[in-house]
Amino acid sequence: MNEQSMSGAQMNNVLEVNDLRVQITSRRGLVRAVDGVSFEVPRGGALGLVGESGSGKSMTLRAVLGVLPPEAHVVSGQVLLDGTDLLTLNQASLNRVRGPKISMIFQEPMSALNPVMRVGQQIAEGPRIHLGYSRARAEERTLELMRRVGIPDPERRYRAYPHEFSGGMRQRVMIAIALACEPEIILCDEPTTALDVTIQDQILRLLAQLCQESGVSLMFVTHDLPVVAQICQQVAVMYGGQLVERGAVRDVLLDPRHPYTLGLVRSAPDFEYVQDSLRPIPGSPPSLITPPPGCRFHPRCDFAEDDCRTGEVPLRILPGGRATACLHHERCLEALAADRAAR
Amino acid sequence: MSAGNPRGAGTAGDAQVPAQAGAPAAGALLTARDLAVFFPVGTQLMARMRHTERLLRAVDGVDLEVRRGEALALVGESGSGKSTLALALAGLRPPDRGEIRYDGRVLPGRRSRDDRRRIQMVFQDPYSSLNPRLTVGGMLGELLRVHHVVPRDEVRSFSAELLRLVGLDEGALSAYPRQFSGGQRQRVAIARALALRPEVLVADEPVSALDVSVQATILNLLRDLRGELGLTLLLISHNLAVVRHLCDRVAVMYLGRIVEVAPTEQLFRDPRHPYTRGLLAAIPRLTEQAGETGPPAMAGDPPSPLAIPAGCRFRTRCPMAQPRCEQEDPALTARPADPGHLAACHFAFTPASASASAAPEQA
Repeated sequence: MNEQSMSGAQMNNVLEVNDLRVQITSRRGLVRAVDGVSFEVPRGGALGLVGESGSGKSMTLRAVLGVLPPEAHVVSGQVLLDGTDLLTLNQASLNRVRGPKISMIFQEPMSALNPVMRVGQQIAEGPRIHLGYSRARAEERTLELMRRVGIPDPERRYRAYPHEFSGGMRQRVMIAIALACEPEIILCDEPTTALDVTIQDQILRLLAQLCQESGVSLMFVTHDLPVVAQICQQVAVMYGGQLVERGAVRDVLLDPRHPYTLGLVRSAPDFEYVQDSLRPIPGSPPSLITPPPGCRFHPRCDFAEDDCRTGEVPLRILPGGRATACLHHERCLEALAADRAAR
Repeated sequence: MSAGNPRGAGTAGDAQVPAQAGAPAAGALLTARDLAVFFPVGTQLMARMRHTERLLRAVDGVDLEVRRGEALALVGESGSGKSTLALALAGLRPPDRGEIRYDGRVLPGRRSRDDRRRIQMVFQDPYSSLNPRLTVGGMLGELLRVHHVVPRDEVRSFSAELLRLVGLDEGALSAYPRQFSGGQRQRVAIARALALRPEVLVADEPVSALDVSVQATILNLLRDLRGELGLTLLLISHNLAVVRHLCDRVAVMYLGRIVEVAPTEQLFRDPRHPYTRGLLAAIPRLTEQAGETGPPAMAGDPPSPLAIPAGCRFRTRCPMAQPRCEQEDPALTARPADPGHLAACHFAFTPASASASAAPEQA
């Protein structure tokens, strides 16, 4: 990577998303699935994008890779990968970027892999097409990748089909495919959600190790906060199509400054600390067709005041470089202090 | 215990009986003894041509006791047989071997209507486990009439009462499942299970398909219902944080066997089976340092239940496996001086394993 030729910000961030808006046309109206989302993924770092179903996290990821479903479209924003706006590229140019620059790991490896194609050939496809490798060289590269992601006996497994692999091994194949052309960033959509906890642990450690070895960055979409803590340095929390909080993982997850993040942390049963009863977030997620005015979380928020109910509530930078979209974030501090006192 | 493995049947079986007898049997409501459920794999024709019938041993010699009024968790990886065991206990899948007792009485393979009523299930996916063509009222009404739970003229008021119990209002009676959110559907599924006034509720991953903030409401509901109705709860879950929150005791399952049973806090504080230790160490924690690249808590995949290793079935992934583990299938035995903590490992309660146990817990 020729880092000298780039400006300061681009040098530090492999991916920058600015004010991304994605809308879905549905029978009931226009769904603002992603509504003004901005974030960066630092070079060599891992950003977790967390939220519940319908928060827009998967739509954001799909917009970045340009694989939105047909009824969804980007209405504005920038997706800068090494300074190039992916949203302005045509299909041919995008295809040249996907693989060598940016790749993806899906949640369900069984449906993401081709069931009638040998595993080795699926891994070799990328190097053959994007790097112009000969058949023999691509096979060599594939065997090396299979060893790197911990697939035992790669020479024999090269000729196997996906159904002959376990769930964990299939996800390793997906990782090998994602790594095959040495991309700068891998987008991961809940890559361990379908796996058992012991296999999840193996895959997360493998991903962390590969990041360290090759310097590849990760954007990691999940609903599982402890998984984010295990793999990411930075985290962004999405609610109702918007970012409500972002910052370093330790700050945001252990010391949240947005009532939604606080609610998520409080409602999940804590492995280390057993409460008498869990505190669910009251109410249900907002409609993205007619979102509530003001802060989208205010109808479910204990801290809501009159000023939360009108006007936009953008992310505001707090000391320490973290950001929150809550006008009354100091109330989170009080709530956390009360929680600790109760222990 | 080891009847699936004829070589070990004599000695292991003998060791097993005193272990269970030592436990306080007074409160036992539902007990499984040497329970096994097999699934034939492939066609009969193929089996005849190969001269072998291939059997998937989903549950392979389980001894388990569910005590009256307790919440017992059943944990393990997918493929460990925990859901099949639940189906067998609920009477939805006849066992191929072993016996199930309810309140001391052996339940036959075909249960009476009354016996079926006593044990009810809540399934993982509230989208596919409810009939989409029936309103909630229609579904509950059918159940109540078939099982003669209440007189016909009280069906509607009892249905409304059930919904109130799970936190839904009476208006839901005329609604179809598709009109509810995931969390509400799971409430409906719980109301359906409670309609027959069961004594035991078997919940198979009841919150896995739900969002985190919704999970909490269902977990609180299950906890409240236990207290309100005096239910006995068998909770199947892969999420150990959920288990720790809700259950009194935990049974850990691996490849069709129970490998450890203990009171919840004791199991988390002092796990004795190497599989339990690996399982606990693999859980991601909020306080974790990002980018941990050390060796994983447990290596490898579980073996196929079509080819269960001889001897101890965990030995292929076990960090402390010895030659002895290849030969002898360890029985589920109680800890000396603590009949409530059982483990199926040769070294579970030997002093040597105390030092070995400290290491993986640091991970």
